[in-house]
Amino acid sequence: MTTVSSPALSKPKPARPGVAVSLSLLALAVVILMAIFGPLVFGLGNDLNPMMRLKPPSAIAWFGTDNLGRDVFVRTVSGARNSVTVGLCTAIVVLAIGGTLGVVAGYFNWVDRIVMRLADGLMAIPGILLAIALVSVLGGGLVTVIIAISVPEIPRTARLMRSVVLSIRELPFITAAISVGSSTPKILLRHIVPNAIGMLSVQATYVCAAAILSEAALSFLGVGTPPDVPSWGNVIASGKEYFRLAPWIIAFPGLLLSIMVLSINILGDRLRDRFDPRLAARRAS
Amino acid sequence: MSNFVVRRLLSVIPIAFIVLITVFLLLHIGPGDPAALIAGENATRDQIEAIRERLFLDRPLLEQLFLYLSNVAHLDLGQSVYSGFPVLKLILQRVEPTAVLAVSTLILSVLIAVPMGVWGAWRAGSAIDTFLIVASVVGFSVPVFVIGYVLVDLFALRAGWLPVQGYKPLSSGFWNCLRSITLPSITLSFLFSALVARITRATMLEVLAEDYIRTARAKGANNRRILIVHALKNIGVPVVTVIGTSFAALLGGVVITESVFNIPGMGRLTVDAILTRDYPVVQGVLIVFSFVLIAVNLLVDLSYALFDPRVRQ
Repeated sequence: MTTVSSPALSKPKPARPGVAVSLSLLALAVVILMAIFGPLVFGLGNDLNPMMRLKPPSAIAWFGTDNLGRDVFVRTVSGARNSVTVGLCTAIVVLAIGGTLGVVAGYFNWVDRIVMRLADGLMAIPGILLAIALVSVLGGGLVTVIIAISVPEIPRTARLMRSVVLSIRELPFITAAISVGSSTPKILLRHIVPNAIGMLSVQATYVCAAAILSEAALSFLGVGTPPDVPSWGNVIASGKEYFRLAPWIIAFPGLLLSIMVLSINILGDRLRDRFDPRLAARRAS
Repeated sequence: MSNFVVRRLLSVIPIAFIVLITVFLLLHIGPGDPAALIAGENATRDQIEAIRERLFLDRPLLEQLFLYLSNVAHLDLGQSVYSGFPVLKLILQRVEPTAVLAVSTLILSVLIAVPMGVWGAWRAGSAIDTFLIVASVVGFSVPVFVIGYVLVDLFALRAGWLPVQGYKPLSSGFWNCLRSITLPSITLSFLFSALVARITRATMLEVLAEDYIRTARAKGANNRRILIVHALKNIGVPVVTVIGTSFAALLGGVVITESVFNIPGMGRLTVDAILTRDYPVVQGVLIVFSFVLIAVNLLVDLSYALFDPRVRQ
């Protein structure tokens, strides 16, 4: 036993290279630029061109063309808008509803019992299945897809926020605030929520990444956003039948989708390293 | 111990009720008439009325809910609008491929992920560990269907080692079945083992920082003894927990994987039912998938008692 290696004790967790974070930020910036300007510069890529069906990548069509002769490059670049919109909107909806429910449940015991039972029940239904069922009942469209993806994510976020609030509630400064007679709304808004923001932002990144993946999965299964407005998911779905002949229809949007989600997750991990109280406690000890 | 088991068993009841009520309400939250939704787009007025009567959709909502729950309690999940067969029968026909895929993915993932997570934590900060961290983030960032198509391209189309799509039932022979399920399982394992490896690594790091590990070291225990006797015993609970909590993701992945590989399982049944607007089937599949999930999480919780004697008290 020459090398006494209790790694966790001897060395703190190595700081992950800043390279990964910088690259992620760069990738996200590019995708967001694509989302904003793609449709303006290139259009939606809906022009059908029967002469150009299933052509491999070339100087004319950088990412090749699909079965209707549409330019996969244009559709991928413009499709960023739909995917980014779904990711951001879902994160906002989920955090607003789930976060509020979680904070309230964490602070008031009677709400807790109701909300957590409901959350348990909803979480028992596999998320993607609940989402496709919701889309099919509510009818297609961007808003429906955002709602359908949000519903299964809300209970998870509520549960997380609740546990964060429960641990904050026990801290001495809350007791102090109560004893000097602060009102409950003031305690919630001035003391609890600001301290929960860190974890909330971590959760926001994960929800955003999950939502982008879910949108792609819904489109892939044929119940996502309508095909006349490209999204990475429905471009990939359009290549499903032709993947032996024309793998590029799936490859390029698939690659972009993966890079995007990966970048968001890397940033989320970095945020979590900063904000997770358990990790912070471990560092401090 | 028995107290814990009984309490946990009882806690399933409200969850199951909420699932059933949610699934029941699904048809009623939409903008349209539920009877027309079920009847499909080409139904005549008479057909819609017949469905309304048969499914009691003309009764008050609470009474409908009661009838629905009572039917489910009698294992009657209704009939497919599309084929007219009982929903339960349709589901039972499709259980095998889904169960084989889920179980093989579970086994494969645990075999890959747990040793990787333990190894990564044991050598924290090393190249292996960094590789593990990167691999697990990539694993749950790349969509299941993208991984699926890449693997099909490499191992089925180019190398020709494995079938491109399709499923061979167990009755056609174990090896045939295994061959047809290999690529789908590997595909889905990327996601699932990424989740499990991440948690295993984090837990192992925590365990290695515990006082009893230091004590064991101080008493002169060697690395192997510390790893096997002291550390591994204590990562059982969190690892089993993550298997339970990510089982929902596994089931979701099953649905997508079945679609990529053309496997006629419950996932395909769901997607086909959605596309043909066969709502009784959709509801039935949702109920069955949810109940499987509830049962898995129940088993996970009950297994705590096995891994951790403290729970028994």
